[in-house]
Amino acid sequence: MNIESAQYLQSSITGETVNSGIKVVTDSETLFVPILEGNRHYDEIMRQVEAGELTIADAD
Amino acid sequence: MSRAREFADLAGSADAGGLTGRNLIINGAMQVAARGTSTSGATGSGYFSTDRWQIANSSLGTWTVSKSTTAPDGFSNSFKMDCTTADASPAAGDFLIFRQHVEAQNLQHLKFGTSSAQSLTLSFWVRSNKTGTYIAELLQPDASNRHINKAYTISSTDTWEYKTITFAGDTSGVINNDNGTGFQVNWWLGAGSNFTGGTLQTSWGAVTSANRAVGNVNLADTISNDWYITGVQLEVGDTATPFEHRSFGEELALCQRYYQKMGPFGTSDYPFGISGYVYTATQSALGGTLNIPMRIDSPTVSMPEGNMRIRHSGGTTPGYDISAINSVSGALSGSVRLDVTHTSTTANTVCVMTNVSSSYTLRFDAEL
Repeated sequence: MNIESAQYLQSSITGETVNSGIKVVTDSETLFVPILEGNRHYDEIMRQVEAGELTIADAD
Repeated sequence: MSRAREFADLAGSADAGGLTGRNLIINGAMQVAARGTSTSGATGSGYFSTDRWQIANSSLGTWTVSKSTTAPDGFSNSFKMDCTTADASPAAGDFLIFRQHVEAQNLQHLKFGTSSAQSLTLSFWVRSNKTGTYIAELLQPDASNRHINKAYTISSTDTWEYKTITFAGDTSGVINNDNGTGFQVNWWLGAGSNFTGGTLQTSWGAVTSANRAVGNVNLADTISNDWYITGVQLEVGDTATPFEHRSFGEELALCQRYYQKMGPFGTSDYPFGISGYVYTATQSALGGTLNIPMRIDSPTVSMPEGNMRIRHSGGTTPGYDISAINSVSGALSGSVRLDVTHTSTTANTVCVMTNVSSSYTLRFDAEL
């Protein structure tokens, strides 16, 4: 997955604002990726983060 | 044939894995293509055409990947790879693989990791202008990446050939009983020296990269190359049985555990069956029903044709553009919940999600 940018998304449905997902822009599409191990996109994002290849920007 | 003989044959078939449900592969006849039938300029790895089938490409050519109507007798479709930018001299780490991930909990009857591990037979129809040796591989990531590889040969140019390959069971590598990958079923289409420099791994063992694609042709060596495959079946036992043709509906439902979409509906400004309430001026909680439950609770969501809107009574026309899907859950149960951000409106109102154009879709991806 050729990620051009990644940014955390936040939800406040529980009354508390938390990081709940990641908006990922690749060379071909925009994906809304949940924070869940076993989701192949999330697993790949974290692999790239751990490899120092990607930084996830803070939520707006 | 006597009635007794017919019953004996039926019993034998059941012992070999059942009269139905033999095929561990989903969409082996390449009928279902929810994402679309063709992708041009495909590089890198992804799901580009028929459901469940992935291309893993590390810098080895550019491809048009499509659901083709070129097929052997008894089939209507095949998966086609057409080289559009060649790479005749792969770098050491380059590779090109066609594959399907088989879910681990569907493989427990193989009894891998025990002395009773079952053998498997892979059968498929394949066609290419590029004759020569190719490698098929089973790789199981649960057991720290154990693998077994067998060579097959495409003998005649542009001719459908039926191949059967039997793999021994693995008495050492346990497949976890979960919703992760149990097998990768890999067809190597090209590789650099990192994957070809050793001795082909023809019995189960820990992954040694150099032993994975020994002798494989390079399908990317010229833009005149193409490769087709269909009728893929992986079944328990030492014998390939006739392809198990499932109905389109059955195959579609199996695929939707991993990928499904809502729309297109052919009408713009149309509700999607997802509704909820606006809980702050710019955020709404929505819920809807999926076609079937998915593999994981939180699939990736996308809106490739353009972002959806919400509409609510008392709001303005045409509604409020959704800019982000902040969270998704519930897909394991089939009742998906979405938390979305949209342009500002009145809180504490009931809303529905609508499309903007008739072509728009909302997609859920739980692939392996």
